[in-house]
Amino acid sequence: MFPNRAAVEGVGDAMELAEVKGRSLWADARTRFFRNKAAVISLIMLIMVAGFALFGGVFAQYENDFVDFSLIGSNAYKGVPSVETGHYFGTDSNGRDLFARTVQGTGISLMVGVVGALVAVIVGTLYGATAGYYGGRVDGLMMRIVDVLMSIPFMFVLILMLVIFGRSIFMLFLGIGLISWLDMARIARGQTLTIKNKEFVEVAVATGVHPVKIILRHIVPNLLGIVIVYATLLVPNMIIFESFISFLGLGVQEPATSLGALINEGSRTMQFGYYWQIAYPLFFFVVTIFAFFFVGDGLRDALDPKDR
Amino acid sequence: MLSFVARRLAVAIPTLLILVVLSFVLMYSAPGGPFNSERPLPPEVLANIEAKYGLDQPFWKQIVNYVVGVVTQFDFGPSFQYKDRTVNDVIAQGFPVTLTYGFWSFVVAVTVGVSLGVAAAIKQNTWLDYLAVGISIGAQVLPNFVMAPILLLVFTLWLGWLPGGGWEGGQWNYLIMPVIALSTSYMASIARITRSSMLEVLNTNFIRTAQAKGLPMRRVIWRHAMKPTILPVLSYLGPAFVGMITGSVIIDVFFSTGGIGQFFVNSAFNRDYSVIMGITILVGTLTILFNLVVDILYAWIDPKIRY
Repeated sequence: MFPNRAAVEGVGDAMELAEVKGRSLWADARTRFFRNKAAVISLIMLIMVAGFALFGGVFAQYENDFVDFSLIGSNAYKGVPSVETGHYFGTDSNGRDLFARTVQGTGISLMVGVVGALVAVIVGTLYGATAGYYGGRVDGLMMRIVDVLMSIPFMFVLILMLVIFGRSIFMLFLGIGLISWLDMARIARGQTLTIKNKEFVEVAVATGVHPVKIILRHIVPNLLGIVIVYATLLVPNMIIFESFISFLGLGVQEPATSLGALINEGSRTMQFGYYWQIAYPLFFFVVTIFAFFFVGDGLRDALDPKDR
Repeated sequence: MLSFVARRLAVAIPTLLILVVLSFVLMYSAPGGPFNSERPLPPEVLANIEAKYGLDQPFWKQIVNYVVGVVTQFDFGPSFQYKDRTVNDVIAQGFPVTLTYGFWSFVVAVTVGVSLGVAAAIKQNTWLDYLAVGISIGAQVLPNFVMAPILLLVFTLWLGWLPGGGWEGGQWNYLIMPVIALSTSYMASIARITRSSMLEVLNTNFIRTAQAKGLPMRRVIWRHAMKPTILPVLSYLGPAFVGMITGSVIIDVFFSTGGIGQFFVNSAFNRDYSVIMGITILVGTLTILFNLVVDILYAWIDPKIRY
C-alpha cells in the first residue's frame, strides 16, 4: 500500500539527477566548444601568447629601448639570438634587444586588437539594436547611413586623419573603431529583427518599459552569443589592420612598437641575412592571428544555432 | 531594371559628395598650413603663396571651388609639395601602374579562388578538398604585408629568380610578386566562400533533379550549380576590391612599383594634403562605382534581389 523506502529514495535520486541534467545555453556551448580540438589548442596558444606579452618582460635581460652601442656594425655575428648574451631573440638593427621589443610589440598589437574590437562591438551592437528595434523609417535611415559609410575606403580616410591630427595610438583606436562597427551594426540589426517579435519583448512593451531599457535589458543580452563570436573574429582583423598601418610607419611610433612595425623593420634587413629580425615577430603575428581565427570558428560552432 | 540602376545611382552620387566634403573638412581643420616650415616664411611671402593656392578665401568658397573643380573637370588642384606638378599629374603617373597589377591580382584571385573552391566542393573529403581548405586557412593569416617580405626572401634573395622591385613598364617578371602578394588572402577567402556555397547548392533539390535526369556532372555544375554558387562570391567582391586597392599601398611601398600608393604614403609623410585628398577621392569613386557594378550584376543574376 505504502510506497516502500527504496522507491521513495529512487524518486529522490531521480529528482537530483534531473536537477543535475538541467543545462543552460552557455553550458551547452561550453561543452561543444571544448569538444573542438583545434579551438581548444588555439585557446591555449592564445593564453600563452598573452602570457608572453604580459610577463615576458620579466625574463628580458635588457630594456626595450636600450641601445647596445657595442653591437653597432657587428650585428650580423654579435647580435644573433643567443642565451649567453641575454638577447634571446637577437637584436634589431639599432642594437636593441629584440626579445624585449617583441614582448612589447605583441602586447600593443593584442591591446589594439582587443580595444578596437571592443569599441566596434559596443558601438555596432547599440546602433544595430536601436535601428532594428525601432524599424520603419528610422531603421531605413540608419542602415542607409551604414551603407554609405561602407562604400568609403576607410583606410585612406584613416591615413588622412593620422596625417592631419598627428600619429598617436588614440587616433589609431578612434580610426579603427570608427571603421569596424559597420559590420557589427548590420549583424546586430538582423538579429534584433527576429528577437523583437518574441513574447518577452511584447510583455516588456505591454508593461510600459521604456524603449531604451528594452533595448539594453532585453534585446542586447540576447544578442550576446553572436556578438561574442563576431568580436573574436574581429580581433585578428583589428591586429592585421593596425599592423598594416604600422607597417607603413604611420601607426605606433617609436620607442613603442607593434608586430607590424617589427615585421616592417625585419623585412628591411633580411637581405643582409638577419633573418631572426623578421622571423620572431612574424612567428608571433601568425600564431596570434591563427589562434584567434580558430577560437572564433570554434565559438561560432558552439554558439550559433544556425550552423547546428 | 532601369529604375533599379537609377536608384542605385541616386545613392552613389551623394555618397561621393559626402566623401569629397569629408576629406575637405578634415584637411581644412588640420592644424598648421602646408607652408609652415621650420624656418618661418616672411608673412608677405606666405600671404602671396596662400593667395596663389586660394587658401586666403573663406572656407565655404574654398570648398565650393574644390568640389566644382573635382566634379566638372576632374581637377584636384595643385600639389602643395611638388611645385611644378598638379595632383592630376601625380595620378596620371601612378594610376596606370596600380591599375595594371590591381587588375591582374583581381583576375588571379577570382579565377584561382573560384576554381579551387568548386574543385574542393565537387571532390569533398578527398585530398584535393583538404589541400584547398588548408591553403585557404593558411593564406588567411598571410595578409599582403606578410606575403610581400616572404616572397621577396624566397624568390629574390634565395632563388634569385625575380627582380626585387621596380616596374620597368610592367614586364611580367616585375609583375609576378606584386600580383601574388596582393591576391593571396583574397584568393583564399573566395575559395572558402565558393566551396561552402557550392556544397550548399549541390544539396538542393534542383541539382538532384538534374542529376536524376541523367545529365553529365560537368553540365550540372556549369549550367545549374554555378549561377547560385557565384552569388555569395559576388557580394564578397566589393570588400575584396576595397581591400586590394588598400593593399596596393603596401605593394607600392614594398616593391617600389611606383603606383599611387607610393605617392599616397610619401604625401602622408610630407603633409601634402591635396595629393592625399585627390587619391582618397579617386579611390573612393572607384570603390563606389565598383560596388554599383556588383549590385547591378547581382540583380541581373538573381532576379529575386531588389533593394
